Amino acid sequence: MRFNAGQYDVIVIGGGHAGCEAALASARMGYKTAIFATNLDNIAMLACNPSIGGTSKGHLVREVDALGGQMGLNIDKCFIQIRMLNTGKGPAVHSLRAQADKHDYHRMMKETLENQTGLDIIQGEIVEIQEKNRRVTGVVTAFGDIYTCKAAVVATGVYLKSRIIIGEYSVNSGPNGYFPANFLSENLKDLGFKLQRFKTGTPARIDAHSIDFDKMTVQPGDEEIIPFSFLNDTLVRDQIPCWLTHTTEETHEIIRENLHRAPMYSGNIEGVGARYCPSIEDKVVRFADKKSHQIFIEPEGKHTKEMYPQGLSTSMPIDVQRAMYRTVPGLENVRIVRPAYAIEYDCIDSKDLKLSLESKEIEGLFFAGQINGSSGYEEAAGQGIVAGINAVQYIRGQQPVILDRSQAYIGVLIDDLVTKGTNEPYRMMTSRAEYRLLLRQDNADMRLTQIGYDIGLVDDKRYDWFMRKCERVEKEIKRLKNLIVSPTHEVLSYLEKKGTSAIKSGISLYELLKRPEITYTDVEILGGKGEELIRQDREQVEVSIKYEGYIEKQQRQAQQFKKMESKRIPSGIDYSKIEGMRLEARQKLNQIKPESIGQASRISGVSPADISVLMVYLEKMRRGGEQGEI
Amino acid sequence: MYLEDTIAAIATPPGEGGIGIVRISGDKALNIAKDIFVFSGRKMQDFKDRYFHYGKVVDEDGRIIDEVLLVYMKAPRSYTTEDVVEIHCHGGIIPITNILKAVINKGARLAEPGEFTKRAFLNGRIDLVQAEAIMDLICAKTERLAKASLRQMEGGLSGHIREMRQRLIDLMARIEVTIDYPEEDIDEMTTQSIREEIEKISHRINHLSQTAEQGKLIRQGINAVIIGKTNVGKSSLLNALVREDRAIVTDIPGTTRDVIEEFINIKGVAVRIVDTAGIRETLDQVEKMGIERSRQNIERADLIITVLDASKELEQEDREILNYLSGRKALVVLNKIDKPSVLNKESLKEEFGIEVPIVETSLTLGKGIDKVEDIMYKMFFRGEVGISDDVMITNIRHQEALNIAYNHLLDVLEGMDQQMPLDIVSIDLRSAVDSLGSITGETVTEDLIDKIFSEFCLGK
Repeated sequence: MRFNAGQYDVIVIGGGHAGCEAALASARMGYKTAIFATNLDNIAMLACNPSIGGTSKGHLVREVDALGGQMGLNIDKCFIQIRMLNTGKGPAVHSLRAQADKHDYHRMMKETLENQTGLDIIQGEIVEIQEKNRRVTGVVTAFGDIYTCKAAVVATGVYLKSRIIIGEYSVNSGPNGYFPANFLSENLKDLGFKLQRFKTGTPARIDAHSIDFDKMTVQPGDEEIIPFSFLNDTLVRDQIPCWLTHTTEETHEIIRENLHRAPMYSGNIEGVGARYCPSIEDKVVRFADKKSHQIFIEPEGKHTKEMYPQGLSTSMPIDVQRAMYRTVPGLENVRIVRPAYAIEYDCIDSKDLKLSLESKEIEGLFFAGQINGSSGYEEAAGQGIVAGINAVQYIRGQQPVILDRSQAYIGVLIDDLVTKGTNEPYRMMTSRAEYRLLLRQDNADMRLTQIGYDIGLVDDKRYDWFMRKCERVEKEIKRLKNLIVSPTHEVLSYLEKKGTSAIKSGISLYELLKRPEITYTDVEILGGKGEELIRQDREQVEVSIKYEGYIEKQQRQAQQFKKMESKRIPSGIDYSKIEGMRLEARQKLNQIKPESIGQASRISGVSPADISVLMVYLEKMRRGGEQGEI
Repeated sequence: MYLEDTIAAIATPPGEGGIGIVRISGDKALNIAKDIFVFSGRKMQDFKDRYFHYGKVVDEDGRIIDEVLLVYMKAPRSYTTEDVVEIHCHGGIIPITNILKAVINKGARLAEPGEFTKRAFLNGRIDLVQAEAIMDLICAKTERLAKASLRQMEGGLSGHIREMRQRLIDLMARIEVTIDYPEEDIDEMTTQSIREEIEKISHRINHLSQTAEQGKLIRQGINAVIIGKTNVGKSSLLNALVREDRAIVTDIPGTTRDVIEEFINIKGVAVRIVDTAGIRETLDQVEKMGIERSRQNIERADLIITVLDASKELEQEDREILNYLSGRKALVVLNKIDKPSVLNKESLKEEFGIEVPIVETSLTLGKGIDKVEDIMYKMFFRGEVGISDDVMITNIRHQEALNIAYNHLLDVLEGMDQQMPLDIVSIDLRSAVDSLGSITGETVTEDLIDKIFSEFCLGK
C-alpha cells in the first residue's frame, strides 16, 4: 500500500558521485534534502578505477571544490598516492591525479552526508517520479512509500536496467553485485524521455600476494604533495606506489584466438561503448600492429590486497581472462579475486536537458551524471553540484547557475552534453576546452568561489580563506611590478647562470619573470620573498605573470564568445515557422531549444546563415511584441 | 563561431558600372580607412563625418591601387548605425577586389550575404517589411555562394585548404594526445619536428595564398574567346599571350578538351582563353559540331578577341565574324602589319563602324602584344569586362582564410621561439585550424578528438 512517508524540498535519486554533490549542495544551501540509494553501502563507490582526477578530470574536481563541493576534500582525506601530471608542460594542463583508498572514500563521503544538517540518507529503490501539470511533485519507492518534493535530481549512474556481461554469461545486475534499478526506466519513458543504451567495463581485481612486483617498474607518488582542495595548501602523508607492466605478444595471441567468445564481437552486447575506455580486446583488434600495451597495477586501498590492473578491462569469459592476465610480466601466477565485466545501462538523451540540467519536459526535474551519457566520477560530480544548485535556485524562483565554456570545464561538459548530445559515454578532455588557458586547475577558485558564495553554497570559512588569498596575490603582483633590479655584477652573473640574456638597465621582477628561463624561485632570490605567501599564492602569481600575453589573448577570444552567449533567446519559439531557415536547422533548433544565440551557433547542422535568419526573426518578434502583434 | 566585428564587402555589382563601392562597417572601419587612404602622399589624421574625401588607396607596400572618393559616416548616423566607411573607386574587378583585399588585410572580415542589412535591421534602422526581404536575400545569396564555392571545390583552393587543415589537425592530435594522455607510451614529437612541420605548412599556405592572388588556382575567371578565320594568327596570338611566366598550369588532371583553351593571368586577373575552330557554314557533320561549339563559346564569352589579317581584304567570313561584335565587349587585333597593309585602324572604324578598341600587331615579330594585354587590363580595370561577384567573393574568402591561418602559424612559431610550452602555442594552432575550417563551417574539436582516437590506442 502506498503511504506518504515524508516531505522534502529536494530529493536526490542515487548516491553516487553526482548524487552526493547534488544532495550536499542543496542541503548546504539550506534546503531540506533526502538522498536515496539502492544500497547505502554503495554511496560514493569507486566502481571502476580507485583513483580521482587525471587530465581535465583534476580540473573538474578543483572546480567542484571551488564551488563548495565535497569531492576534493574527500579525496584529500583518503588518497594513498598523489601526482601532478603534465608538469613538463604549460600550467593550463597541469592535472592532479590521486589513488584513493576506495573503502575510505566511500566511508568518508557517507560520513559527511550523515553529518550534514538538513540531509537525510534513505536506502530504497525509486520506481516512480510523480508529476502534476508537468511539474515534479514526489517520488515513490519500491516499497510503495511516497516522498513529496519541490525538485528532484535523477543521478542513477549505471544502475538503470543494468546488465553485466562476462563472456557467454550475463545477468541483470548493477556494478559489483549490487542489484539494478529495473523500474525507473519505464517510468522515465512514460514521462516522455527517450532512452539509449550505453556500455562500459572494468578489469578484474587481482590478489597482490600473487603478483611478482620485481618484474614491474615502481611508480611512486610526488615528493611534494599538492592536494586537491584549495582549503588544503599542503599535506604530508606516506604514499603507496603503483606498478607498471605491459601486455605481451602472447596476451594478444590469446585474445585473438578467443575473439569469437568476446561479447563485443559475438553480438551479446548492444550498448555503445566509449572510445575513451576501450577493453583490451578492442585495443588489440583496433591497433593490431601495436606489440604491447601498458598496464598499471594500482592498489585498491590500505587494508586490502586487491589490486586494479588499469589497461586490462575486458568482457572475455573468465577462463580467457585468467589465461591472458597470466601472460603479463609479473602476473604469471596471478589470482583473480573479482572478474572483469562489461556493463550495459539505460541513459537519457542529454539533448532533452536545459543548460541548468533541468529537463525541458518536466519542471523541477534535474538530471546529473552517467544517466546523462557521461562517464567518470569527476564528470558526474561536476554535473551533480550544478544540478543540486539549480534545484535550489528553481525552488527559490531564481535564475539557474549556468557556467559557460569560458568559465569552467563544468561549463564545457554541460554545454557539450546539452547542445551536441553524445552517442557514446562522454569523457572530459583538455582538448575540448577552447579557453583552456583561462580554465586552469590553479585558478578554479578565482573563477568560481565568488559564484558559490553568492548563492549560499560556499561557507564563510572558505570565503574568508579565498578573499585573503586574493589579497595576498594582488599585493605580491604589485610588489613585483615595483621592485626593480639593476644590472649589478651579482644580478648579471645570476642571470648568466640561468642561461638568460643580460639586462642593460633596471628591470622590474615582473618583467623578468616573463622570461622562459626565470622562475618564481629565481625572482625570490633576486628580490627577496613576499610576505606570508603560501604555495598556491606563489603558483597563482607565477602563472598569471608568466603567461600574461597568452591569457589576455584568450580573454579577448572569450569576450567575443560571451557577446553571443549574452544574446538570449526567449523560450517557446516554434522554429518550424521561421521562413527562410533551412529545414535541418529548424528541426535541430526545435529539438535543442537553445538559450542563447551563442548556443544556437554551436548546434551541428545550424549554419551562420541560419543564425542570421534567426536573429532577424527574433528582432522582428521583439518589435512585433511591442506593437501587440505576433 | 558567429562574431560581431568589422565587416567589409563590395556594395556594387562589379563590372557592371563605372563606379564600384567597398563598404566597411564596425568599430575598426575608421582605423582601416586611416591605414589605407592617402591624400597628397600622406595619411589622414581624421575624416570629417559625411564628407567626400578625394585621395588614393594604397596596398601593404604603399603601391597605389586606385584613386578614390572616401566617405566616413560616424555611428550612429549610418546605414548600420555603426561606423561606416565607403570607398568609391573604379568599377572594374581589379581596383575593387584589391581595395577589398587591402581592407581585409587590415582586419575587417568579409561580410556574409545580407549582413549589412541585417545589422541595419537589428540595430533598429529599417522596418519589418524590409526585414522579410533580407531573409530572402540571405537565403538566395547563401545558396548561390554555396554553389560558387562548390564549383570552386572541384579544382580550386578548397581542396588545398582542406589538405592543409587536415595536416594541422594531424599535428594537433599528436600534440594534444600527449597532453590528455601523459601516461600512455606515445612518442612525443620533438619541438624541432613540430617546428619543421609548422614551417612546411605555413610556407605552403603562404604560397597558396600568393598563388591565389595571381589567380593561378582559379578555374573561373574572365572568359575570353579568340575568333577569326584560319591563318590570320589566332594560334600565334594565343601562344603569345600564354607566355611561360603567365601561363596558368591547372592542376586538375584528366580534363579532356575539345577546344584549345588556356588559362592566363593578366596582372592578377585569371583569364580563360578559348581558340575557336571557326564559324564558317559547312555541310560536313563533324565540322558542324565544331562550329556549334564555337558559337556557344562566343555566346558565353565575357570578351571577344577578333583577329583580322591586315594584309588582305575582308572576306565574307570576316564580315560575319565582325557581326558577332555588336553589343558585346570586344577588341579587334589587326595582325600582320609587317606585311604591306590593305586594312588599317581608320578604315575599319570608318567603313565597318567598329567602335571597339583596335590593336595593330605583328605576332611573327612579337610586336603589339603588350598593347593587347594593356587594353584587356584596362577593360577589366574600368569595369567594362567583369566576372560574377560570387566567384570573386569565394576566392577572397578562401584567401582571407589562408592569410589568417598563416598569421596564426607565425604566432605559433614565435611562441616556440619564446620557449612557450606546446599546450600554450597550440592555442594559436587551434585558431589556424579554425580559420581554415571557417569556409565550410567545420569546427576543430570533434575532428581533433576523432583523430586522436583513431590514431592512438588510449584509455584504461
